[in-house]
Amino acid sequence: MIINHPILGPRDAAEFVYKGDASLINRPDPQSDNAAERFYEYGYLRDNPAGLHRELWFHEQGDRSWLVVTRDTTTHEITKVELARDVARAEGRSR
Amino acid sequence: MTGKNRLNGGLIDRSTSFGFTFDGVRYSGCAGDTLASALLANGVRLMGRSFKYHRPRGPMTSGSEEPNAIVELRSGARKEPNTRATTAELFDGLVANSQNRWPSLKWDAMAINDLFSPFLTAGFYYKTFMWPKAFWEKLYEPIIRRAAGLGSLGHDPDPDSYDKGFLHCDLLIIGAGPAGLAAALTAGESGARVILADEDFVLGGRLIADTGMLADEDGAAWAAETVARLNSMPNVRVMSRSTVIGAFDHGIYGMVERVSDHLPEPAPGKPRQILWRVYSKRAILAGGATERPIVFENNDRPGIMLASAMRAYANRWAVSTGSAVAVFTNNDDGHRTAADLVSKGVKTTVIDTRPDAPDTADYETLAGASVTNTQGRLGLTAIEVTLSSGTTRSLTIDGLGVSGGWNPNVHLTCHQRGRPQWDEKLAAFIPGGTLPSGLSVAGAASGAFSTHAALQTGQAAAVQALGDLGVKSSTPDLPTAEDAPIRVTPFWHVAGAKRAWVDQQNDVTAKDIKLAHQENFRSVEHLKRYTTLGMATDQGKTSNIAGLAIMADVAGKQIPEVGTTIFRPPYTPVAMGVLAGRSRDKTFRPVRKTPSHYWAEEQGAVFVEVGMWMRAQWFPQPGETHWRQSVDREVLQTRKSVGVCDCTTLGKIDVQGTDAAEFLNKVYANGFAKLPVGKTRYGLMLREDGIAMDDGTAARLADDHFVVTTTTANAVPVYRHMEFVRQCLFPDMDVQLISTTEAWAQYAVAGPNSRKLLQKIVDPEFDISNDGFPFMACGEITVCGGLRARLFRISFSGELAFEIAVPTRYGDALMRRLMEEGKEFDVVPYGLEALGVMRIEKGHAAGNELNGTTTANNLGMGRMVSKAKDSIGSKLSERPGLNEADALKLVGLKPVNSDDKVVAGAHLMTKGTPVDAAHDQGYITSACFSPNLGCHIGLGYLKSGDTRIGEIVRLVSPLTGVDHEVEVVSAHFVDPEGERLRA
Amino acid sequence: MRYSGFRVIKEALTGHRGWGPAWRDAAPKPHYDYVIIGGGGHGLATAYYLAKEFRQSSIAVIEKGWIGGGNVGRNTTIIRSNYLLDGNEPFYEFSLQLWEGLEQELNYNAMVSQRGILNLIHSDGQRDAFIRRGNAMILNGADAELLTTEQIVARYPFLNVNNARFPIKGGLAQHRGGTVRHDAVAWGYARGADQHGVDIIQNCEVTGFQIKDGVCTGVETTRGFIGAKKVASCVAGSSSRVMGMAGMRLPIESHVLQAFVSEGLKPLLPGVITFGAGHFYCSQSDKGGLVFGGDIDGYNSYAQRGNLPVVEDVCEGGMAIFPNLGRARLLRMWGGVMDMSMDGSPIIDRTHIDGLYFNGGWCYGGFKATPASGFAYAHLLATDTPHKTATAYRLDRFAKGGMIDEKGVGNQPNLH
Repeated sequence: MIINHPILGPRDAAEFVYKGDASLINRPDPQSDNAAERFYEYGYLRDNPAGLHRELWFHEQGDRSWLVVTRDTTTHEITKVELARDVARAEGRSR
Repeated sequence: MTGKNRLNGGLIDRSTSFGFTFDGVRYSGCAGDTLASALLANGVRLMGRSFKYHRPRGPMTSGSEEPNAIVELRSGARKEPNTRATTAELFDGLVANSQNRWPSLKWDAMAINDLFSPFLTAGFYYKTFMWPKAFWEKLYEPIIRRAAGLGSLGHDPDPDSYDKGFLHCDLLIIGAGPAGLAAALTAGESGARVILADEDFVLGGRLIADTGMLADEDGAAWAAETVARLNSMPNVRVMSRSTVIGAFDHGIYGMVERVSDHLPEPAPGKPRQILWRVYSKRAILAGGATERPIVFENNDRPGIMLASAMRAYANRWAVSTGSAVAVFTNNDDGHRTAADLVSKGVKTTVIDTRPDAPDTADYETLAGASVTNTQGRLGLTAIEVTLSSGTTRSLTIDGLGVSGGWNPNVHLTCHQRGRPQWDEKLAAFIPGGTLPSGLSVAGAASGAFSTHAALQTGQAAAVQALGDLGVKSSTPDLPTAEDAPIRVTPFWHVAGAKRAWVDQQNDVTAKDIKLAHQENFRSVEHLKRYTTLGMATDQGKTSNIAGLAIMADVAGKQIPEVGTTIFRPPYTPVAMGVLAGRSRDKTFRPVRKTPSHYWAEEQGAVFVEVGMWMRAQWFPQPGETHWRQSVDREVLQTRKSVGVCDCTTLGKIDVQGTDAAEFLNKVYANGFAKLPVGKTRYGLMLREDGIAMDDGTAARLADDHFVVTTTTANAVPVYRHMEFVRQCLFPDMDVQLISTTEAWAQYAVAGPNSRKLLQKIVDPEFDISNDGFPFMACGEITVCGGLRARLFRISFSGELAFEIAVPTRYGDALMRRLMEEGKEFDVVPYGLEALGVMRIEKGHAAGNELNGTTTANNLGMGRMVSKAKDSIGSKLSERPGLNEADALKLVGLKPVNSDDKVVAGAHLMTKGTPVDAAHDQGYITSACFSPNLGCHIGLGYLKSGDTRIGEIVRLVSPLTGVDHEVEVVSAHFVDPEGERLRA
Repeated sequence: MRYSGFRVIKEALTGHRGWGPAWRDAAPKPHYDYVIIGGGGHGLATAYYLAKEFRQSSIAVIEKGWIGGGNVGRNTTIIRSNYLLDGNEPFYEFSLQLWEGLEQELNYNAMVSQRGILNLIHSDGQRDAFIRRGNAMILNGADAELLTTEQIVARYPFLNVNNARFPIKGGLAQHRGGTVRHDAVAWGYARGADQHGVDIIQNCEVTGFQIKDGVCTGVETTRGFIGAKKVASCVAGSSSRVMGMAGMRLPIESHVLQAFVSEGLKPLLPGVITFGAGHFYCSQSDKGGLVFGGDIDGYNSYAQRGNLPVVEDVCEGGMAIFPNLGRARLLRMWGGVMDMSMDGSPIIDRTHIDGLYFNGGWCYGGFKATPASGFAYAHLLATDTPHKTATAYRLDRFAKGGMIDEKGVGNQPNLH
């Protein structure tokens, strides 16, 4: 596979390490009332779609960016690659 | 003389004669021959035995789709079992032997299976060999295994080397027949970066096997000229002997180039083969088509082959495959074979299943007829033809060409699970479904069978592909060529046959397919798995469609209703060696050496693999005959005076930024916000699931600057994790990370004299006295007159100890200097074993304790998990299952009888209970002999261990035959109050 | 019809006209007591034991494609019970015991071959871990033996012991482990289930569940609605897709695992050998092909195919321990979709929806579990209590902190 890194351009997927669903960005608020349940869901439950999947890849043998890759799990086609940090900010993880 | 069956012409070099042997008999052939063509030229038709019935077999094809003529090529360590004689290039001195026969190819005792064939039908083995139960492994299976298999693999290491490489191109063209050549010419002239790959050693595809004309020259000449023209273009890379084995994601293709397989052995410094990973923007499959057989009674004798193979042997290799031959066909292409053979002077008869078969004066055509039996034990001698009238006629011939039509080579189009579609007009599957992205298909592979159509579709595919890339194509003129219509009337098998082979290598007959249907194995997948159809080394290239057709016939369905069969990579079998490349033996994985590695080597250190690292395990001294002597000495001398150990392999991560302390508060379970500058703190890192991930230290060099250490094994995962926390969870924290593991050489200097030793090298302006540099202090210093260094007063051994780091390039020099300056203290270098002994003596957890299932609670560090702040893992560590009342706790263990060993991996049992899993109380994680205590000691996890100090429990290791009593003690065997490390 | 050597001879002499279908192709009825979704090894085994051991009738297995077309026909055929943790080891040992009598039980020769499995040891730390594992196996009633390098070389004389990057320092053997002809397991259970009256319905894909007031009363399929008292999902890599139709999210990711076979060779490898340091394991089939594999590709996928880097990685591992393999040829590669769970261990449990049951999360270890999975699932379906060897396989263990994590890598499915 080839991942089109937003900064470095197309790179072989073998340079990256995979983590999983990009929902792992949305770490729950530990102060929330139902934090225990939310952390369980965050840590353990996955949509695991057959189709478009937003997922985290780490450019370990590269610039060490975490990326959010949108990839079809039935065809492996990649339609979007973003810096995870940008995604995290867009999802309100800025302080 | 290169064989009695040699004709005139052909693309062989008669001036270069090669001697070779087959089954010990000497023959000669020409450069340009394959093993099969050379054997056929010498009148040898019998080249192998089939898998199950050991039927005599000769080549069925002239290419990589060959099911029958497979041999053990070469000898000794270079022996290659199951090599297709039809693609093995002849070289001088080639040695080949037949396989899967005993005692000889002509007289194979296992041919008795053929007599028992009524019993050995598809899947018979699922129905028997069940009684008595014990006989399967002892009797039946060993017999079956010995009989099964094809060639044998030697035991010697493969002496050849293999390479891997990467290629990038705009357009990869797979196949150099008319379509591929036209595509390459078009794309090459347009300036695109082109790779043209073909599995053959002469390029041209059918152009070099047929006699058709392109404009006014023959096809082979045009192919050669075109290849020369392409070779002159700097933007085109023409690769022969290069098989594209698979289509992978995003335009990546695997390709194997056989660099040296046509030579007696690789030239010095050259690999045998190269695995190329080809990154293409677009690709064109121009892989041609494969002729398919018709299934009839005894259709497997040597001398019976595909008609197109007969034609190729005659035209390309100038080999006659019979003195009198027949062609059995259901389509016009069979007549092309007949015409070519007749023009070479071979007496030929055509048996055409079609009542309206074309007629010609050049040879006899039996229209509406079919072959209903054949004769000849080790090779064809005669056939029986049933004429349209119903009468039979015997023909005395020694060669029979069979043409059931052509199947496009759709294989690569299926590699991403695209499903071929049935084309009624061609009576064949053509590429269909979703093709690998960027791939298009041209020529016969797409169903465009005529030479004209191949040239035109090749060019059109190139124009289209380049257009996609925004490149405007030039369209070089292509020669005129034959454009015969495809005329085929499907005819798959001759009805009523008793023994008619569909898959010749695996001995799957038409009756097997009928039986599979009868037993409800009716889907294609069931059919293949139950009968083994298409599972042989040829992967069903010539058999799958016929099998499908027969199943359709039995089921009363149309072929596409029965299903289609898709092909998996690789296109042809690939040597394991080339897929491994250089990664074998000592170079299987890279080696990481520590800064003191060469110094340690000079000392005669014994090294051990720790992940990729090589670490000194111990340093034997003269007179020491057992490793324990060395390790005990290193431990005792360190605790008595001073020892030095290279701990560079620990992960080091530089953490900087105004939020550095807050960041560490997130990644460590314990707090770091209040750590003063100049101080170091032990840190426990949890995974988000609450399990201990790693431990290490964080030293605060400045308000906004920490140096974090990790364990050796977790250096990479911890860094990755910290970057995840930084980039994904807290994207706006002002903090930066960099791994500096390789940037700093780091040594532990441990023992009561460690300070004195360091004082000799630390520059005098730095006070490292106990007051000036107390336990857990850290700081940036200089040593040896100005060399920048970092000093940490931390101790893994439990002694007064420091870790000192200098830039890596000074690591070797520092080690030598420490040893030199330490002479007055009898300094010792100590290795990984002594390090392990001292940390067990001190009760420090390491990898064996942090095994990915243990919590801070298990480690006895539950209170370290701060409740005052949020940190990774704190929430999920609160789950009840991780906090049970009788949770495992880390304890020390000491044998009751001091001669007994403590065995890592042993389990712990309460005294007086049965020894079984239900009563398991825990296990030993680490054990060693403690020279300070004079006995073995261990660390382990014991249920409620913290409340059981002083209890005698049973240590059992039934695996290693150990069962004795041990006492539960504190894990801190040495200096439990920590007085030494504060000294 | 009973299979036997006698019967084979008789049929051979009479033209094989007497063999009937190995199982009937049933058409769906409007209602069953039990509808099992998934005609793979586990689903068919569940149906078989439900009918035979638990004397239930009115059972259907519905399969979207052809039975045995999923992972039961795509694996590397290994059976073993060399597990470490108490949550797992009794279950896999129970499975191994069921394998040991399977052919006689089913009257179908699935070629259970206890050729032994060997895990190579390369470091002292690994030896400690394997000793702990071997002891756990023995304490659970399984067999285990620690072998020296010399003992291993005697069986595998071409093993690379002199020139290896990671020296071989012994191995942990389970002699009762081995291989089974994988397809035959599906067919044998199908035939056995059919003989006990189970309806096997192929080409019948579930499109939805009928759930009212928290009770599941049947499934919508491409062949119409099928009512059921109990609906049991057993679909491995498709678990999230199927249970998603019931509104459930699972602690599972689907990943692709590739497997490989070489051309047929005369006997070379006597047993199953596993080279953990190099991500390679291998055995030789009765037909002579070397069957081997390594790591999963590592990214979520339903594509049933993988990529080249893992192919190369696996072959590198093979060449590292067996340098003679260089001249053997890889014949075929394929991929299966693995239901990788969050702790690497499976789930056999009820769900919060009454009448809906779940079996999944087998990772790449489902094949060896087939008999016990079927037995335990049948036990749960018939009695609504977990089988005694499967009490830990609960859905709520993640919420409660009762993970069964053999590898100790946590909630990261692609590392299990």
